[in-house]
Amino acid sequence: MSLFKDAGHLFRFAFLFVVAFFVFLVVRHFVVPKTFGEYGHYRAAAIGEIAAHPIHFAGHETCETCHADILDVKKAGKHAGVNCEACHGPLANHANDPSIAPPKLDTAVLCIRCHAVSAAKPKGFPQIDPAQHSGGVPCETCHQPHSPAIQTGGAK
Amino acid sequence: MSGVEGYMYPNEITLYWSVLIVLYPYITGLVAGAFILASLVRIFNVKAVAPTYRLALLTALAFLIVAPLPLMFHLGHPERSPEMYFTPHATSAMAMFGYVYMWYLMAVLVFEIWLDYRRDIVHLSQSTTGLKRLLYRVMTLGSDNVSPHALAIDHKVGWIVTLVGIPSAFILHGYVGFIFGSLKSNPWWNSPLMPVVFIFSAMVSGIAAVLLIYMFTAKMRKMPIDMPCVDTTAMYLFYIFILDFSLEMLDLIHRVYEADESFRTLNFMVHTKLYFSQIVLQICIGTLVPLLLLAIVQVTNLPAIIRKRIYVISGCLVQVAVFSMRWNVVIGGQLFSKSFLGYTTYKMALVTKEGLLMAIFLTLLPLAILWVLLKLLPPWPDKELAYIEAAAAPTT
Repeated sequence: MSLFKDAGHLFRFAFLFVVAFFVFLVVRHFVVPKTFGEYGHYRAAAIGEIAAHPIHFAGHETCETCHADILDVKKAGKHAGVNCEACHGPLANHANDPSIAPPKLDTAVLCIRCHAVSAAKPKGFPQIDPAQHSGGVPCETCHQPHSPAIQTGGAK
Repeated sequence: MSGVEGYMYPNEITLYWSVLIVLYPYITGLVAGAFILASLVRIFNVKAVAPTYRLALLTALAFLIVAPLPLMFHLGHPERSPEMYFTPHATSAMAMFGYVYMWYLMAVLVFEIWLDYRRDIVHLSQSTTGLKRLLYRVMTLGSDNVSPHALAIDHKVGWIVTLVGIPSAFILHGYVGFIFGSLKSNPWWNSPLMPVVFIFSAMVSGIAAVLLIYMFTAKMRKMPIDMPCVDTTAMYLFYIFILDFSLEMLDLIHRVYEADESFRTLNFMVHTKLYFSQIVLQICIGTLVPLLLLAIVQVTNLPAIIRKRIYVISGCLVQVAVFSMRWNVVIGGQLFSKSFLGYTTYKMALVTKEGLLMAIFLTLLPLAILWVLLKLLPPWPDKELAYIEAAAAPTT
């Protein structure tokens, strides 16, 4: 009996651990989402919630149904592989209701996102220092964005 | 681009693991090292270093409390940190750290300190007043049984806890080395020796830190420094430092002899960007100088005052070496391109949440916590307390 009496404080300490573990389990029960772990290490309900988000992108096939003339120009140029909404932005609203006009683009800002000079880009990729190349003049002044090569012997 | 030489992939130009990630293994290393020093007394029965036993435990606790903070400041969103406990991911070494940390903090350090201090806590709960009394009473957990039999049980249980604590300390810090050593994508880190080197350097930094703190606190309290204690601690520091240095050199020689496809790049980096922090600070100033100084003490019979100065200088230089080692591992591993064709530069911020000031704050914070712990749970040996009481007693 004296062992239990003299080790009583150890049981108190152990009891604290048990209480802490129990509190942990209770808190865990309330804070971990119910569907967590159903399919993997994530919240299964997130799939449905994400799927329920409104669609912002129309997809280039949708654009091509109305803008076949632009597609023909684009197919012949260097931007053939660039999807419409990569430059124009998400346009599902416009596709659903063509009376909603797409926003006007500023090519002086837009083109630089891809074509600003960087040592990390492959050498063959067209890249410029905008200050030296055009001094802030919008790119579309010389380049037609859907087929950017200048036909009269200028820069490709 | 300024600071970038040769070819870097775009995602390599900026270093994402900053000085706080350097600080994190440094702090956990101090914890593991301090605990190993404490275990010398409890398990290996090295009586000479007994005066540092409690101080080492409190030092380990103070640094362990701060250990996760560099990670939290680095990652942001500290409110998300409990999620690694609530939804643990068993295949992630980083995620498992939470459990290793909690085990080491609560089941090893806090429990061992509580067992060792229980008699003092009970006495203090009876001899103090006001809030302090309340605090100590809470710490007794309502039990004031300090009978010889109860204390003998505490001693036995404490021995078992320390025994369990040694592998725990190794796991805590070995895991930090494992995180780096297991990254096969980075040749600077990828080495099975990394966890072992981290553990030994942790022991070196922790023992040196406790040695410095012991000497500093003795000086502040105007108490005599127990020379056999510091001599023995310094002796262990010397031997473990030799082991640590040998392992680091083994790793280096292995890399040089193996000379795989990354070697030219890493070799160039060591001779340029890491030259000062690795060759000058870590190896020459931080390792060879203190090793030489500690070796002189071992083979000569220097007066106590010189030995004390040597220990202080060596202890400080050891901290420089171990911090530099963490720096060279963490920062060095991010300075070169995976293409082995380019190098970038680490520009440390000053006042951001990952800047120099934050790093200084997080280095000093454990010392502030330790100061509070020392006030709350004085670790000084009984004979010192008797000495203080005798000095304070009115003479008749």
